[in-house]
Amino acid sequence: MTAGEFRTVTVTVDGRRVTTEAGRTVAATLMLAEDRLHWRETRFAGKGRGLFCGIGVCFDCLVTVDGQPSLRACLVQVAEGMSIETEPMDG
Amino acid sequence: MADTENTYEVAVIGAGPAGLAAASEAAAGGAHTVLIDAAGQFGGQYWRHADEQSSSEDPAVWHHGWKTYTGLASAVDDAISAGKLQYLPASHVIAAEAGSPFSLSIAPVPESQPEHQGLTQIRAHTVVLCPGAYDRQLPVPGWTLPGVMAAGGIQAFIKTQGISPGQRVVLGGTGPFLLSAAASVLQAGAEVAAICESSDLTGWVPRGVSAALVPSKGKEGAEYIALLARHRVPYFRRRAVVAIHGDQRATAVSTARLNRDGKALPGTERIIEDVDLVGLGWGFVPQSELVVQLGAQMFRDADGSLVAEVDKDQQSSVPGLYLAGEITGVAGATAAVAEGRIAGRQVAGLRGGGRPPRSSADIKDRVLRRNHRLFAQAMHRAHPLPQQWPEWLTDETVICRCEEVPWQKTKEAIDSLSAEEPRGLKGATRIGMGWCQGRMCGQAADCLASSDSADVAQAVARRGPAIPVSLRALAGESGRESS
Ligand SMILES: Cc1cc2nc3c(=O)[nH]c(=O)nc-3n(C[C@H](O)[C@@H](O)[C@H](O)COP(=O)(O)OP(=O)(O)OC[C@H]3O[C@@H](n4cnc5c(N)ncnc54)[C@H](O)[C@@H]3O)c2cc1C
Ligand code: FES
Repeated sequence: MTAGEFRTVTVTVDGRRVTTEAGRTVAATLMLAEDRLHWRETRFAGKGRGLFCGIGVCFDCLVTVDGQPSLRACLVQVAEGMSIETEPMDG
Repeated sequence: MADTENTYEVAVIGAGPAGLAAASEAAAGGAHTVLIDAAGQFGGQYWRHADEQSSSEDPAVWHHGWKTYTGLASAVDDAISAGKLQYLPASHVIAAEAGSPFSLSIAPVPESQPEHQGLTQIRAHTVVLCPGAYDRQLPVPGWTLPGVMAAGGIQAFIKTQGISPGQRVVLGGTGPFLLSAAASVLQAGAEVAAICESSDLTGWVPRGVSAALVPSKGKEGAEYIALLARHRVPYFRRRAVVAIHGDQRATAVSTARLNRDGKALPGTERIIEDVDLVGLGWGFVPQSELVVQLGAQMFRDADGSLVAEVDKDQQSSVPGLYLAGEITGVAGATAAVAEGRIAGRQVAGLRGGGRPPRSSADIKDRVLRRNHRLFAQAMHRAHPLPQQWPEWLTDETVICRCEEVPWQKTKEAIDSLSAEEPRGLKGATRIGMGWCQGRMCGQAADCLASSDSADVAQAVARRGPAIPVSLRALAGESGRESS
């Protein structure tokens, strides 16, 4: 359906190389390229969380990007060579 | 490059429909203007679109009124090129102080500007605040499962990624926005298994006149309905998603017919299986924290939202503070543009102390604003929140997503602490004290409190910085931290 051309971007997710499209958010990359709906565990019940509000207000989707923790995966755009770490990698 | 000394005639906060309109008019009127927006590119929620740097797809396919957007965006771009307007993208106004001039503290959004730390201070003689809104939520068993999203979040995903985040989708809540989200899901090639609208929609009938006032909305609505009919999407009235099931992710939902008060009627429950995405939306909550910080007068709108009071020129009770868009009452993008234009013309025209002349364009915008406001009032009355929604909860249902406070604990707090106002609930249960600062559970906390007053809602909206900011950003005020 999408006739538009796109560039690919290679990132790492927890050390694995993953190829995605330029313009994807980190959340969309985890969902579409990795088929993951959750990538964070809650502090108390240890339940999985992923995308909820999709616009940066709920803070459910937090990831570590290039070593910077607690970034909202729905707002970060992928970039070539970006390193994405999901929980529970980072205690 | 801390712009410590920067003082502007006009600061516009937000680059959605309202803010773009305000900024383009202010700059066109000759005002030295700054446009500050948390997002990395123009558009706000309504005109959210794919990353302009990397996408070649035409965003117009996902949008209504895209021509209005391109018109506004190029007017703002022209003003930037001409040096009349400064644009600060990926910049979040975290604190604002009224005065002459106003003082604004701006933090870089770490997701878009990771290399920048520290706050920037700017000053402005007038402020046009257009912060928009976010999805309004009510907790329901299973709403914390992965695969459950805010309806607006689904819309935002499709508009930016060009693909649906789920293949078989159930949408539930209230309001015409559910139709627009469903249309995007269908257009992205996924299936809508059901739409559950909690209202019976009879509230629209006596106010049919108001719908006739806004032909554009009527046309948009008719297009959605035709699309849903073509795809044979089951659309249920007075039915709600009362539970979401699944282990690691949402896989099924229970829906039930509601009585007049919103209680699930016994024997009407139905299960929809093989679902991979559930979208929930109960209207929108205007982002009120900067309004509260600035001390402007607020009131409860027909949908129960806390909104700001403005005069006919969009000025709030704080002199020099203008407001436009959803913050003055949830009424959609067309109203937001009209209000933004009125505010922008006003603040530019007032420079030098004169009275801004009334142009025919301005008169047109005032009529548009009135009609869309009337329509919005009718819409809110036709789509009330189901009063008895807490009846759907189980003891384990999480009320506050961040602090994982279950319904059982919330009930106990309500009973024992006479914590019938959200601030009391907060102290007793930690509801609303997590990362999102009550943005997701605020409506629930507000409903559970017995009071209807705007004071209570205002207490909930009284948050710290407008977003959680890193301590480094706060510590490194107006400069980079040397680490
Ligand atoms: C997720 C979502 C999707 C939506 N999709 C649709 C849709 O498809 N169709 C529809 O009819 N309506 C939609 N809406 C409703 C929406 O409210 C529109 O009516 C419209 O976008 C409102 O325009 P606005 O200018 O008032 O605010 P918005 O469009 O919300 O724009 C506000 C802007 O201000 C910025 N901002 C807020 N606070 C700050 C701050 N402190 N500092 C800096 N910047 C700030 C935001 O990042 C945003 O860019 C959606 C709402 C949401 C929440
Ligand atoms: S999904 Fe809510 S902040 Fe990212």
